Order: sequence, then C-alpha cells, then structure tokens
Amino acid sequence: MQISFTLNGRPTTVDVEPATLVAELLREQLNLTGTHIGCDTSQCGACVVHLDGLPVKSCTLLAPALDGATLLTIEGLQGAPGSNQMHPMQEAFREHHGLQCGFCTPGMLMTAVALATEKPDLTEADVRHGLEGNICRCTGYQNIVVSVMAGAAAMNAAKGE
Amino acid sequence: MGNVIGIGAAPKRKEDQRFLTGRGNYVSDIKRPGMTSGVFVRSPHGHAVLRGIDKSAALASPGVIAVLTGDDVKADSLGSLPCGWGITDAKGTPMKEPPFPMLAQGKVRFVGDMVAFVIAETPEQANAGAELLKIDYEVLPSVVGVLEAVRPGAPQLFDDVPDNICCNWELGDKAAVEAAFRKAAHVAKLSLVNNRLIGNPMEPRAAIAEYEPGTDRFTLWTTSQFPHVVRFLMGALVLNIPQHKLRVVAPDVGGGFGVKQFHYGEEAVITWAAKRVKRPVKWVASRSEGYVSDRHGRDHVTEAELALDENGKFLAFRVNTLANMGGYLSTFGPNIPTNLYGPLLSGVYTTPAIYCNVKVVFTNTVPVDAYRGAGRPEATFVLERIVDVAASEMGIDRVEIRRRNMIPKEAYPYQTPVLVQYDSGDPMGCLDGALVAADVKGFGARKAASARKGRFRGLGYSTYVEACGLAPSRFAGRLGARGGLYESATVRVHPTGQVTVMIGTHNHGQGHETTFAQIVSDKLGVAFENVDIVFGDTDRVQFGMGTYGSRSLVVGGAALSKATDKVIAKGKKIASHLLEAAEADIHFESGKFSVAGTDRMKTFEEIAGAAYVPHNYPLEVLEPGLEEQAYYDPVNFTYPGGCHIAEVEVDPETGTVTLVNYTAVDDVGTVINPMIVEGQLHGGIVQGVGQALFENAVYDEGSGQLLSGSLMDYCMPRADHLPMMKVATHSTLCTHTPMGVKGCGEVGTIGSPAAVINAVVDALSHLGVTHVDMPATPNRIWRLLQNASLPVAAE
Repeated sequence: MQISFTLNGRPTTVDVEPATLVAELLREQLNLTGTHIGCDTSQCGACVVHLDGLPVKSCTLLAPALDGATLLTIEGLQGAPGSNQMHPMQEAFREHHGLQCGFCTPGMLMTAVALATEKPDLTEADVRHGLEGNICRCTGYQNIVVSVMAGAAAMNAAKGE
Repeated sequence: MGNVIGIGAAPKRKEDQRFLTGRGNYVSDIKRPGMTSGVFVRSPHGHAVLRGIDKSAALASPGVIAVLTGDDVKADSLGSLPCGWGITDAKGTPMKEPPFPMLAQGKVRFVGDMVAFVIAETPEQANAGAELLKIDYEVLPSVVGVLEAVRPGAPQLFDDVPDNICCNWELGDKAAVEAAFRKAAHVAKLSLVNNRLIGNPMEPRAAIAEYEPGTDRFTLWTTSQFPHVVRFLMGALVLNIPQHKLRVVAPDVGGGFGVKQFHYGEEAVITWAAKRVKRPVKWVASRSEGYVSDRHGRDHVTEAELALDENGKFLAFRVNTLANMGGYLSTFGPNIPTNLYGPLLSGVYTTPAIYCNVKVVFTNTVPVDAYRGAGRPEATFVLERIVDVAASEMGIDRVEIRRRNMIPKEAYPYQTPVLVQYDSGDPMGCLDGALVAADVKGFGARKAASARKGRFRGLGYSTYVEACGLAPSRFAGRLGARGGLYESATVRVHPTGQVTVMIGTHNHGQGHETTFAQIVSDKLGVAFENVDIVFGDTDRVQFGMGTYGSRSLVVGGAALSKATDKVIAKGKKIASHLLEAAEADIHFESGKFSVAGTDRMKTFEEIAGAAYVPHNYPLEVLEPGLEEQAYYDPVNFTYPGGCHIAEVEVDPETGTVTLVNYTAVDDVGTVINPMIVEGQLHGGIVQGVGQALFENAVYDEGSGQLLSGSLMDYCMPRADHLPMMKVATHSTLCTHTPMGVKGCGEVGTIGSPAAVINAVVDALSHLGVTHVDMPATPNRIWRLLQNASLPVAAE
C-alpha cells in the first residue's frame, strides 16, 4: 500500500507492506539507520521517534499508521531550522558525557526532547521517571540525567529568546 | 589551528558527533549489494539427541536459498569452535575439552544451541523457511545447576566427561591453610550463590559476510570486541581460510561488556555460508535470541571459610566453588572462574595462607564466559561478604576489621600467597576518602530518620582490588593461555603533521578515540583535532588482541606511548641532520625539535614534511617517512581498587530495597580523561548494582528452559532505580606501565555487588539476617522478613 507522511520536514510517499513496522521502514527502506532496534518486547526505547510531536516506540507501530502524520527521527533533530547546528539536547549530551557506545542515544534524545517539551521545569525525579522506557547499559544513567536537565534548561532559554 | 589537549584534560569526545546525530555505523546498519538474510534455527530443548533434519519443505519455501546443518559442517571438514585457555588440575591433567561444533552434531546441549542456518532473499522468507524445517529430537533430561550436575546419576552432557566435571582446579597451599585453621580463635563460614547474569549490551549481536570469487577473499563484519582474534580463531582454526584472505571488520559496536569478546559460531557459519551461496549473508540477532545465545556470566555456588585470631587478624582463607561452564567451553570460559578468580582472593588484605578449589562444571545452559569484571567480582563478593560475617560474629566494627588486615601503602610491592604481586596501591587512603565522602558519621541520623518512616537503613562497605590490563603473555601462558596478550599501535604521521593511529584495541563506548588522541596530542605536541584513531578493521590495523579485561589503555595505550616515542626518536635524527647538530643535543618539547642551548629549532610539521620530501635528508642512514609501530607486552597485571560504600533503605512492607546513596573512591592510576573515567565508573557501578538488586538468569531444572529470556523477565537497571552516585579517584601510580595507568573499565562492577549486599544485610541485621543472596529482589527480602523474627521497629 502507498502511504504519505511528513518525514523530518519533507513530504514523503512510500510503498509498504502493511505489516511493516515503522522502525523497519525507516531502517531498511528509507536508509535512516539512526533509529535503532535493541529489543523485541518494546522495552529498550532505542527506536523512539516523534509521531505528531509525541514520543513513540517505532518498533511497535505499523507503517500504515504514518499516513497523513508527521514523523521526526534522530536524523531530523536539529537546532534552529536551517542553522546546521545540533539541537540543544544533543549539545547537552555531548557536554555532559551522556553517551558511551551510542546505541541507545537516538532513543534517549528523542525521549528527552519530548520530556522537556512536555514539562519545561523538569526535576531529577521527573527525568528518571520519564526515562523508564529507555534502557542504557553503559552510563549508569547518571550523566544522561544530568544531560537531560541541562538540555531542558537550554531549550527553555532558547524559547525565551 | 586547534590546541594540544593533553593527559589529565577532559575534552568532549570525538566520537560523539556521529552517535548524537544518528550517523553511527553499526553492523546492522550495513547493506551490501545482493545481500541475503540468514536465520539460525536453535534447539528448543536443553538436552536432546538430534536424530535427523528434513530440509525438503524448508528448501521448497519461497525465497529460500540454502539450509545448512551440522552434517554440512562435517562434510566440509570444518573445525570446532576453539577454547583459548587450557587449564589443568593440581596434577597437571588437562581439562576435558569436548568439541564445540558451530552447528550441532548428534546432540544439542542447551536451549539456543544452533541446529541449522536458513538463508533466503528476505528475513521474512528465512523465518518462514525455518518454520518448515523438520527436526527430530529425542529429548533427554537437562541439568542446569552446578550442584545438581555433579550429583551421582545426573544427566551426562558428554560421554567422556564423568560427573560433568571439566576440571578440578586448585590454587594455594592447602596444608598451610589447614594448619592455620587448627590454630584459629574464630572461623567464619559462608555459603553463597553468585547469580548468573546476561550482559545485554544494547546492540544485539549481528554479522554480515561476503566472499569475492575474483580474489578468493572473505570479509566479515561482526559485532566484536576483538576482530583480529576472530580472524585468527575463525580463519586458522575453524574455516581454514588463510589470514591474508580474510578481513574482519568490527565497526561501531553498541556495547560489549565481554559478551562480544568471544568467537561465536554464528560468525563462522555466516562466513562459510557466504562462499557457499556466493552472495553476502546478513544476520541480526533479536534480543530474545541474544538471551539464549550471548555467553552468560558468573553462576557460582561457593562455600568459604575465614580463619581469624582473637584480634580479628585473618590467618587463612579457604574457598570451594562450583562454577558453571554451560554446555560447551567458550573462548575464555575455563579461565574466568579459575585464573581470574583464585588470584583475587587475597583482596587488599595480608591473609598469609589461601586455598581455593574450583570445580568447573558442564550443564545444559548457554556457555558461560567473561562478563564485565569476569571472575574478579565473584572473588570480591566472597571475600568482602565473609569479612562482614566475621566482623559481626566477633563483634568487631566492619571498618576496623578491614583496617587491621589491610596491606599498608608502604608494604607495596606486595606478594600475595595466590600468585599475583601488587605493584602499588593505597587501600587505606581509599577507605579514608570514602568514609568522608559518604558522610558515614551522619549515617546514624539518617538511619533514625528512616526508622521513623518504618524503613530499615543499612550501610555496606567493599574494599577491594582487582587484576587487569590483561595480560603479561609469559605469565598467562603458564596459566594456560593459548595466545599472547600484548597490544600493538602504529603512529602514522602524514606529510602535513597530522596523525592517524592504528590500534588493535576496540572502542565500543569507552571513548578511545578521545583518550588515545589526548596521549598523542600530549606527547607529540600536535593539535587534538589533528589526531584520528583507527580501530576495528584487520585490513587497516596491523594486529591486536582487542578490548576486554580493562586492557585498552593499560596495554594498548602503552603500545601507543612506545610508538610515539619511536616517532620522536626518528624525528630527532631528522632534526639533527637539518639543524646540523649532534643527535644527543636535540631536545623535543611542545611539538618543537630544538638544539639544546640555542634558539635553532624545527617544528614537528617541518620534520614530518622533510621525512616525506627528503631532498635534504640523510638517506644513507635513514629511511624516508615518519611512521612507527610498537608492540607492548606488560610485565605484570595492573591492580586498580578502592573503597565503595552503599547505603540502602528496605521497606519491610514490600521487601523493596532502594539504593539511596552510593560512594566510590577508586585508585585507577593516572587519569588521562577524568570525564571518561567518571563515566566508566558510573556504568560499572550500575552493572554491579544490577547484579546485586535486579538481574538474574534463571533456568528451569529438568527442561533446561531459560525462564528469564527477555527484557520483561530479566530486570535491567533503569534510571529511576538509582541515586546520584559520588565517584572520586585516589590514585597511586602503576609502577610498570609507561604512563602509570591501571585501567578503569571494570572496577565499578567488581567493587559494587558486595557493597550493596553488605548494606542490605546491615539493614536487616537486627532481625538476625546474616546473608542475602543476589539479587536482593522484593520477593526474596519479603520472604526473608516473613521467616525472620517479627520485625521490630529499627532503632
């Protein structure tokens, strides 16, 4: 079947088998391999993308659900549009060593941006609770939590400008 | 022009850009023209005779290209998966080493054992074909626990391995230990289980292989921590592919923790299959598949006894352990519960006599091998737990008993009774630092506050040391290693003075691209941004043993340091010619070669240029070019260690243990990049906390089914399980590595399980609880509380 949606700001039309998962569509058909698949039980969160602005696990979503929707993946995350800069959350992860092997990172970033968008005054407890659906095996989460707090503050500051 | 960023600085990581923007290059991201998909058909039984496989329906399924089984492996006369260590018992009898076929032959020995490989045009077609394979199994009873496996009448995995015992390994002076026990004023005893773990790096394993008929060359892309070792083991010992015809690439790898430091049968099957089907073949494991095929870790049952005099001085330590090997010997398998366990039983203490017996046992479970810490967390857990038991039984404060037995700083180098000689350390300094950092003085008030909420609060200590920087080859060889454990580095200076380093270690999260670049920037005085680190490709990197055992900086960094020294030495020769001065008078500092006592000098870039444009150059005595290589084989292990203090709160209503504070003061030697070291400590600690509180691989006795076979059943630590940890370093310098480094990748995982469980036991000690097995789940604690004397309010 044919579906049309907005992918990272661009109108996109693709032919898909109806049983295709969004994560597979992105990785195999559209060559956007930044969205990772770390499990088969929707537990790890490496595949989180934004569907109409909300974080979803793309390994649990069928491609036909994209029709008419807006999808943002890690490849589309950026600072001010056209600025060629990283998003403040990406900058914060680099600044605070919020990643090691990098495999969970795209999902962490997408979840973090959604958390900070939903609740601008995030507490440490909010962040820890909000990251429950994203597993990291490398960092012990400490620097991820620090990064998300810093990234959220930077997003707020940018909004205020 | 960028800046020199040297040793001790904390630049942001070079590798982050690609990971933050979704541009990493992991094996599963790679696509090759004409690529096919493969799936492994795995045994659903723990133990069964493989009576026959009917491929016909599978082969007729749409898109299926080939189905390979153990019979095909046999027909092609391929080798068995090799074990890299051959241990012996006290009499020198070699371990039992049954063959480990890459696809099962005659029998399957664990749930997940590979039976067939189905190749098709798409993953869906491969899966559909696999469903149609008819496999005739005669199911046998399984044995999964070590205690059960050595009992008379237990199911036998191999006809020629009586009682399932691979090796009955011993270390230490048994007679001296027995004599010391006879004199002891007190003997503390402890029985414990070191729970079985599954490493779960976030990237599942994957591989792609390709064969080029025109050149007779193979390429394997694999999620590996040691591509050169895979090339050797697989090429030379399994598939008979000449080394120069085989390229192994391990690109970005999403975490390893040991799980990816073995040569797996999947790699061999896929490489072999690529030639048979004459097309590239790709396989990506699902997480569920990883649970039943990634090598597991730990799984010990131990009886320990500590003999003490009337003042609490340790006289002797005796440890008897049954260690689970699973169904076959994996690459490092038998080395882990023996050579990486027994020699650690001295810990940071002056115990004069130690004896350790380890029975290495086969069971119908996934093969067990190294997982972060590998042997050393198990040793630390036994020792640090029994020290607490002894302190409690003798009425001596837990910190005080440690102090009375600790090796004083001035006693280093210190020869233990269990092979190893610690070169440097200051356990007392780490302990003192941690006591302050953890605000142990304020613990009483915090405990009282918890009690007012109806919670029990406990504090736990772990003062520990480990042996890493694997390893001195000569020493390892005496212990049974079948390979060397050196490392290699090439420093290639380009004509413009920029530098590319080719190194045999593998970066999968540890920040090598940054840390190693700092070393080069520091030593050669070139800008940090002008140094790139290449790893993970046997065609680009000369050789290497890979990354595990906290060896990358210790052994690889030392090779890199030596290679940069050679570059400087050659640069001095070139400078001496250009500056018309004696070589002995050339001084190199901050990127400049100068003549001592003069202002005549040449920059590093000028020397590099002269080396590649040798118009004015001593060609009679010196080759052009500026590229040097070094191999480094360490003279000893390194011995990082420290003191960890955990603080927990137990809710007696639910049995839930909450880690409320965690403090670590670790001695990792010289710190190159403190940001990265801190990150390694955080991650390591949380993996140990995972073992102590959450993680447990559970098998069903009899059927051999893995009951904890998904992220739903095997609890991984999550962000909201954890407090903010305090980590700090208190370093003494390693005396035998070029930069004084000791390694930091595993210390967290080694020190933390004992600290956490000691805290849990402390919290419950008023109820008569003397030991809690890991993981201290709510269920386990709640049951313990139901069986304990009625909970009275904590003081």
